[in-house]
Amino acid sequence: MSPSTVDLATETAIRPFRVDVPEEQLVELRRRIDATRWPDRETVTDQSQGVQLARLVGLARYWSIGYDWRKVEAKLNALPQFVTEIDGLQLHFIHVRSRQPNALPVVITHGWPGSVLELIKTIGPLTDPGAFGGRAEDAFDVVTPSLPGYGFSGHPTESGWGPERIGSAWDVLMKRLGYMRYVAQGGDYGAVVTHAMGRQARAGLLGIHVNLPATVPLEVLPAVGGGPAPTGLSEKERAALDQVITAAMRDTAYSLMMGTKPQTIGYSLNDSPVGLAAWMLGHPGFNRWAYGSDPGQPTTDEVLDDITLYWLTSSPTSAARSYWENHGRSPLVAAAQMTADIAIPTAVTAFPGELYVAPESWARRAYPKLNYFHEAERGGHFAALEEPEIFSQELRAAFKSLR
Amino acid sequence: MTAATAVEVAIRPFRFDAPQDDLVDLRRRLQATRWPDKETVKDQSQGAQLAKLQALVRYWGTDYDWRKVEARLNALPQFTTNIDGLDIHFIHIKSRHEGALPLLITHGWPGSVIELLKIIEPLTDPSAHRGSAEDAFDVVIPSLPGYGFSARPQAPGWNPDRIARAWNDLMHRLGYEQYVAQGGDWGAVITEVMGRQAPGGLRGIHVNLPAAVPPDVEAALAGIGPVPAMSEQERAVFDALRAYRMSGYAGYFVALTARPQAVGYGLTDSPVGLAAFFLWHPGFANWSYGDDPDDPKTKDEVLDDITLYWVTNTATSAGRLYWEHGGASPTSAAAIKTAEISLPVGVTVFPDDVYRPPESWARRAYRNLIYFHEVDRGGHFAAWEQPQLFSEEIRAAFHSLR
Repeated sequence: MSPSTVDLATETAIRPFRVDVPEEQLVELRRRIDATRWPDRETVTDQSQGVQLARLVGLARYWSIGYDWRKVEAKLNALPQFVTEIDGLQLHFIHVRSRQPNALPVVITHGWPGSVLELIKTIGPLTDPGAFGGRAEDAFDVVTPSLPGYGFSGHPTESGWGPERIGSAWDVLMKRLGYMRYVAQGGDYGAVVTHAMGRQARAGLLGIHVNLPATVPLEVLPAVGGGPAPTGLSEKERAALDQVITAAMRDTAYSLMMGTKPQTIGYSLNDSPVGLAAWMLGHPGFNRWAYGSDPGQPTTDEVLDDITLYWLTSSPTSAARSYWENHGRSPLVAAAQMTADIAIPTAVTAFPGELYVAPESWARRAYPKLNYFHEAERGGHFAALEEPEIFSQELRAAFKSLR
Repeated sequence: MTAATAVEVAIRPFRFDAPQDDLVDLRRRLQATRWPDKETVKDQSQGAQLAKLQALVRYWGTDYDWRKVEARLNALPQFTTNIDGLDIHFIHIKSRHEGALPLLITHGWPGSVIELLKIIEPLTDPSAHRGSAEDAFDVVIPSLPGYGFSARPQAPGWNPDRIARAWNDLMHRLGYEQYVAQGGDWGAVITEVMGRQAPGGLRGIHVNLPAAVPPDVEAALAGIGPVPAMSEQERAVFDALRAYRMSGYAGYFVALTARPQAVGYGLTDSPVGLAAFFLWHPGFANWSYGDDPDDPKTKDEVLDDITLYWVTNTATSAGRLYWEHGGASPTSAAAIKTAEISLPVGVTVFPDDVYRPPESWARRAYRNLIYFHEVDRGGHFAAWEQPQLFSEEIRAAFHSLR
């Protein structure tokens, strides 16, 4: 029995979306923050046991008293937001068309603990490059979806929403928006999804760009596990390996927990706002975050916008499930991301503050069709948020040859 | 002895009375739990299942009564004493029998002295529990630093080596010149450290989670060495260990080792978060929330244990022990340096514990293995689940050391 035309229209409908959080939810959030039951302080004088108590207490105080969710809500509502149902799930996205003709459509995927919020500042430079020191012919139409289980997208109720299924959904989304040719970009878990899209190589996907590339080769993995490093590594390769080893020892606990028992960690993250904040701030992307005192980094409001979004949408647990669905495939290891199967043009930007700075030699080995590699001047894990103009310049340069 | 020194070694009686406000607040929080959506699988592979946890929390937030276990504890001889700058809580019961062997038993995570309450009588009064008077023990059960009613260290350094030294000081302060030590989970690690330190007076040790994985097997498990030749039994244990390590049960271990503070905020502010996290421990893998009549861990007992962490605000401090230890596998002979233990060692393997090391591995790990026995029932919380059997094992293991 085929669906009626009315059903089809409903299923593929793209509906405008607005964020309108009921005031009582904000009141409840503040109440919970104020009622936080605190542990004793860490026994060290640095972050080596996790986010430090004094910093978190200070952040919580501001979160309850000074922070205003309505500001970012207004920012979001000033952008063209939509929802559409794909593969049984309601997906939220921002879609901004450039005024330039022949703008190249790009779908940019956020990661964890990020959201579409971290990409907002790139929309202007990408869609209107002329106003940001770039050339009109480098304009993009920008689509930034919220991952399934994150932000304003629906939460899957069945298992199976791994990177491949998300990649397929993104392709359906771009086609539904009328784009027969497009490119894909991602960092963090967004890079994992983008790699999947690269492997799937659906018709119309011209190429991909990632800012958390999977370039770690197999032969260095024993070193990551505590064994000997191979000989003959270049200086850059050795530096990258050291960063990967540090990350593996110190920074992967959260992903292991989320990847193995997302429901378990989810209970406290959904019940305790401070618990959620501490958990998200434990992501290595925040290792050097100075709680708003460094003007070159995300502001306190920007970070709280992101954390509050997870809280209000009750998405910590569903977001954690995306790790479970990823089955422990390291985003950094080429073989784990099956980069050898990516047969379309691939571009990489290595930001200096990323978890590891991928050396070009590794990137060349990992990606069969590497057509762009560049070490950016500034920027870390949340590059789009921290350096939106550099990030946008990178995308312009990376995708130029595909237009 | 000056007055100051006298104060430092004083042994003070202890009782705990949770402020009623704290218990009311706990109930309020439980009833106001903000629940995530349900897991997307039909089993516990993503963690504690929503429906089961909701039922537990419903009970915990209404009919559960902390005062019961509090009264049980307060009816026991509890004390605190300051050792190495930290107030250590312990239960100390002397047997009525002459010549009872002093025995120090150390709990682990997410356990507490509560998991050891049921073995006190069989150990101190064996003739009333299918044993004989000559197998009597004086029992000392401390709370680990940062756990239960012991104080929380404020500076780094309270690693297993330091705890082991403090435990020896405790036994001597109690007047015991000769004693034996026992432990499971962290208690096993600390007991093995005591065996390695071999302080004067320690006659021998017993563990129920031994560090018996040989170095070549450990390397194979870590993927940095080839799988060595093994007997059929050893191979079966190896395969089980490999499956265990890939099953995600070790995630809590890695997280607490790396970031105890980060994990702790949620566990301190959300009682359901605390419960869910504790239930992650493999010791609870087969726990059916009190519905299984064959599982002696009742709902009340498990909640007693979890609530102890809650009312003492020790979820975060307890996690720091993992950080102090630095991540070395507690079941690895090389990591725990069992080769340096020359004191007599007894091992009991409970079949449902984290792994079932064969005797061949125990013989390789401990040069002076005087007792090895794999029993037919019991799991990680052996003393809690099988107190009679556990006590019989302790009697047998230490019999020759009296």
